[in-house]
Amino acid sequence: MKRLLLVFLLWLPVQAHAALNVFACEPEWAALAREIGGANVKVYAATTALQDPHRIEARPSLIAQMRRADLVVCTGAELEIGWLPVLLREAGNAKVLPGRPGYVEAARLVPLLDKPARLDRAEGDVHAAGNPHIHTDPRNLLRVGEVLTARLAEVDPANAVAYRSRGLDFATRWQAAIARWERRAAPLRGVSVVSQHKSFPYLLAWLGLREVAVLEPKPGVEPSVGYLARVAEQLKTTPARMVLRAAYQSPRPADWLAQRAGISALALPYTVGGNERATDLFGLFDDTLDQLLKAAP
Amino acid sequence: MLRPTLLMAALAAAFPAHADNDLDGLRAELREMKAAYESRIQALEARLQQTEAKTADATARADTTPQQAAEVTPAGNRFNPDISLILQGRYAHLDDIEHRHLSGFLPAGHDHGAARGFSLDHTELVMSASIDPTFRGYFNLALLDENVAIEEAWFQTTSLGNGFSLKGGRFLSGIGYQNEQHPHVWDFADSNLMYRALFGEAYGNDGVQLKWVAPTELFVELGAEAGRGASFPGTDRNRNGAGSAALFAHVGGDIGASNSWRAGLSHLAAKASERDGEMEDVNGMAVETLFSGKSKTWMADFVWKWAPNGNATERHFKFAAEYFRRRESGLLNCDGGLCGADSDGDYTSAQSGFYAQGVYQFMPSWRTGYRYDRLNPGSVDFGANRAFLPATDYKPTRHSLMLDYSPSEFSRLRVQYSKDNAMESTSENQWFVQYIHSLGAHGAHTF
Repeated sequence: MKRLLLVFLLWLPVQAHAALNVFACEPEWAALAREIGGANVKVYAATTALQDPHRIEARPSLIAQMRRADLVVCTGAELEIGWLPVLLREAGNAKVLPGRPGYVEAARLVPLLDKPARLDRAEGDVHAAGNPHIHTDPRNLLRVGEVLTARLAEVDPANAVAYRSRGLDFATRWQAAIARWERRAAPLRGVSVVSQHKSFPYLLAWLGLREVAVLEPKPGVEPSVGYLARVAEQLKTTPARMVLRAAYQSPRPADWLAQRAGISALALPYTVGGNERATDLFGLFDDTLDQLLKAAP
Repeated sequence: MLRPTLLMAALAAAFPAHADNDLDGLRAELREMKAAYESRIQALEARLQQTEAKTADATARADTTPQQAAEVTPAGNRFNPDISLILQGRYAHLDDIEHRHLSGFLPAGHDHGAARGFSLDHTELVMSASIDPTFRGYFNLALLDENVAIEEAWFQTTSLGNGFSLKGGRFLSGIGYQNEQHPHVWDFADSNLMYRALFGEAYGNDGVQLKWVAPTELFVELGAEAGRGASFPGTDRNRNGAGSAALFAHVGGDIGASNSWRAGLSHLAAKASERDGEMEDVNGMAVETLFSGKSKTWMADFVWKWAPNGNATERHFKFAAEYFRRRESGLLNCDGGLCGADSDGDYTSAQSGFYAQGVYQFMPSWRTGYRYDRLNPGSVDFGANRAFLPATDYKPTRHSLMLDYSPSEFSRLRVQYSKDNAMESTSENQWFVQYIHSLGAHGAHTF
């Protein structure tokens, strides 16, 4: 009996300290959850920086992870419309359904850019709520971090103090980093760029870069050679310094145009894990700025 | 300032003795007043601080409140259901065959979709939405000229939690892999021979389904269904209780970032009462059959998907295979031809079959695929009707090759060639040109 009690007592704290399962749709939210949750959370990133978050299969492994999740943090704004609803439906996990404290949709917390004027599929893969790639502006992460901290504290009240203090610590370090990045990025103001997909409107707006062309004729539509040639022609009158693409996107269109126009093509990490330097959120922006500054002397 | 001091000096000079006392009194009064003011000021300062803190709090909360209010509104926060319409049509180049069937198999319901030349496939109208915090609803209507079929109309619980969900109404059964997929999701222009032999197209049922997903890293899903069992291989029966029961289990996971898989095992038990079918007797005369008895089917399915680093945009590959084994036992009534007016006999059969297919996207928007079908009529015993009805050991097979082009995820154009040997002594070259377009809400597809 005594031994049984001992076993039970030893077992109890393990149960009490079982980490909170966080399901993050994209690597940037996984990294943010790790910053704020620390050792109290076990974070699962549903996608990697080498995958297109628009086109993910609702794989069995994702359903299994969704089933175990205590908190889900996703971008929203229809970025995951092709797969997240299936996961939520199939997993049978009531804790993380939209509207519950365990469901955080980042795009609802920040003002969105590029709201389409015309909602028509003839315009390509348009997102009714606006452009969903919000994490490329670090100030948005601050806002999402605040809410994520509050939600973690709500879902896991036992560790609320730890979440709040880590959240505050992250916010302080992040604000300092933003100030540093903004100082460094001053020479980028007004520099003209071309994007392969509308992946960076928030980054460009933050740093004051000018997007003079996009390589996709319509959002989500692959550019043809003819279209790329027209963009190259257009660049003769409105020149750009560089072509930007995300790590997961095909290098072909950007490289083709860069060679044709004699400018540099940058494969920005886009999110955490996009290259070997972007191991966390700080590294992500350090590397992005380094690349941009190098291409725009 | 000067005057009171002068006055006090004058007073002090005029009444030196009293003045000291008075002055002391005045000083004491002043000290008291000072102390009183100081405490009041302190109190006021404290109150001010409190108010300031409160307003800061309020503004801080005001900062977060509207956004949080916006945040709790769920995605797709319109009250209207998501509506989508699927347009499908094709051109088929087929031989002129009056009674299409699968040699050695009793026909599974009515085989539609064998029109030659240009034709319209079923047009599907799909609606779905949350009903309330507890349920969501789904509706799928298949339209074709005079023929309107409610393919699915069900509710499902959303808030049971712990991995449980309960579905009720008319739904496609969770058995197998392809069964839950509507034709517009198929990777080929027509259904595989296995599903044609088993269900005609897919097994739908009016009933209930309970599903549970295990809280493990490996995907484990268990499900049980009970229903009316009116569709093939069962029949509608004027009875209380359930006419069919199904059990299924699925497991799945990832291997690295590039590979994912799912495997499943399912069992379906159905009861038939005078299930009608048509076949030819040993003389080749058409006879009508009525089967009453039990039908039990085992199905095994496996799906494997590959994409470099899990990024399916450029290239990806999908392999799917399913195998079935079905046993039927009961009475078979045969009418016409050699059977005469009415001939009853015992009937037992054990039949099997499979299909295997691979689909490869070799560049964005372009996919090609190959499918192989094979059925085994196995052992069929007609009992007393043995002398009239033929038992064959011919194994229906088919090879299909397809190429499709999808400018976006909402449109698809496809060509397919099939070498169809489903009927003994018939080898048919089939050509299909097909379009599948979806309008409206963005459908999210399962694995």
